[in-house]
Amino acid sequence: MKVAVVKYNAGNIYSVIHALNRLGIEPLVTDEKNEIEHADCVIFPGQGEAQKTMEYLRAHQLDQVIKGLKQPVLGICIGMQLMCAHSEEGETDCLGIFNTTVKRFVSTEQSLKIPHMGWDTLTELDSALFKGLQENSFVYFIHSYYVPVTEYTIAQNNYIHPFSAAIRKDNFYATQFHPEKSGRIGEQILQNFLNIVRT
Amino acid sequence: MSLAKRIIPCLDVKNGQTVKGTNFVHLRQAGDPVELGQKYSDENADELVFLDITASHEGRKTFTDVVRRVAERISIPFTVGGGINELKDIDTMLNAGADKVSINSAAIRTPELIDMVARHFGSQVCIVAIDAKLEEDGNWYCYLNGGRVKTDKKLFDWASEVADRGAGEILFTSMDHDGVKHGFANDALALMSTSLPIPIIASGGAGCMADFKETFTKGKSDAALAASVFHYNEISIKELKQYLRTEGINVRI
Repeated sequence: MKVAVVKYNAGNIYSVIHALNRLGIEPLVTDEKNEIEHADCVIFPGQGEAQKTMEYLRAHQLDQVIKGLKQPVLGICIGMQLMCAHSEEGETDCLGIFNTTVKRFVSTEQSLKIPHMGWDTLTELDSALFKGLQENSFVYFIHSYYVPVTEYTIAQNNYIHPFSAAIRKDNFYATQFHPEKSGRIGEQILQNFLNIVRT
Repeated sequence: MSLAKRIIPCLDVKNGQTVKGTNFVHLRQAGDPVELGQKYSDENADELVFLDITASHEGRKTFTDVVRRVAERISIPFTVGGGINELKDIDTMLNAGADKVSINSAAIRTPELIDMVARHFGSQVCIVAIDAKLEEDGNWYCYLNGGRVKTDKKLFDWASEVADRGAGEILFTSMDHDGVKHGFANDALALMSTSLPIPIIASGGAGCMADFKETFTKGKSDAALAASVFHYNEISIKELKQYLRTEGINVRI
């Protein structure tokens, strides 16, 4: 299977590559239009800041490439947020695959620190991406901005208030948490994504 | 349910091997860091910390290699620290696959380093480690160089400055409690955790499972770090988490 990992100015894509390696996949890390378009699936990972990453994607015409993909795509963390229409982070217009706005967490009490960082649970699981997982499985989050619960939501978490832990529209899947850093549960989610690609 | 309290085993690495000191002085060997890290990950440790306590240039290269091997094998977040002095060191560690970097003496010497790390790599990458000791005048003072050099920085002032400068987390080690196994410095931890907007990791003093419970309840810590109790199998992470859950603490099992 040809798996493309989108190369751009977002941090720590190594963990995604290593996680894929552990599942027997040697991904192609690339920012080439042709290579991305001809992969069996595309992973759009990363940590970073919305405005700078979006500028980079536009400058390299990757915004149009990603929006136009027909094969399964998995966005992770900032990847997920960039797939939405707009982000409050730097008031940035994003790819618009998901017609929703990314909002900043506003804490309601001192103990609810921001970023939301660490292991938290998945609920309301509703996708083949979570096949074999139980409600309240723990995954690793690290983010200060969130996608609200919408028609696209396929998993939720409740931090300060419920938000989308994962979303899906057609061939586009995305997780706010880091499956590549979420131990066995995360490995299962990545494997499920690869299984979706195979079927 | 909310965010789980984290259990973090810490591995001190010298020349590619794990060691652990008592009160920062005597060192005993405790195995291969990658094997040990994998074992902890399998037992549901929430994160790992690898501290390089090697001084030599050769040792640094060995450590970078350890970090690379950890990143290949282990699917939970891990932090590296020890001898991180400038952005270049951080870049090397992140490129080897580390998720976060812990800076200590360099941050005290050059506080602007914290701002630079936060700006270049993001706050989530930047843990500031603070070693401090409660002195006779009733104040906690910060120490440099693995607890060998006293500074005139007071703990709470420094912790608050570190948070303002953009640190993502504070890893606080009480030198009075470290290696003694009579519990964490919960009063100081609670004061930091309830006054600062970033997570506080408790370090130094874990001796029994109740010590972990106390630092999450009385100390309001977000995470607890320990080394020897895990290395020498005095406490199993699996049993610790079961215990904490029955005690009403939200942990990942």
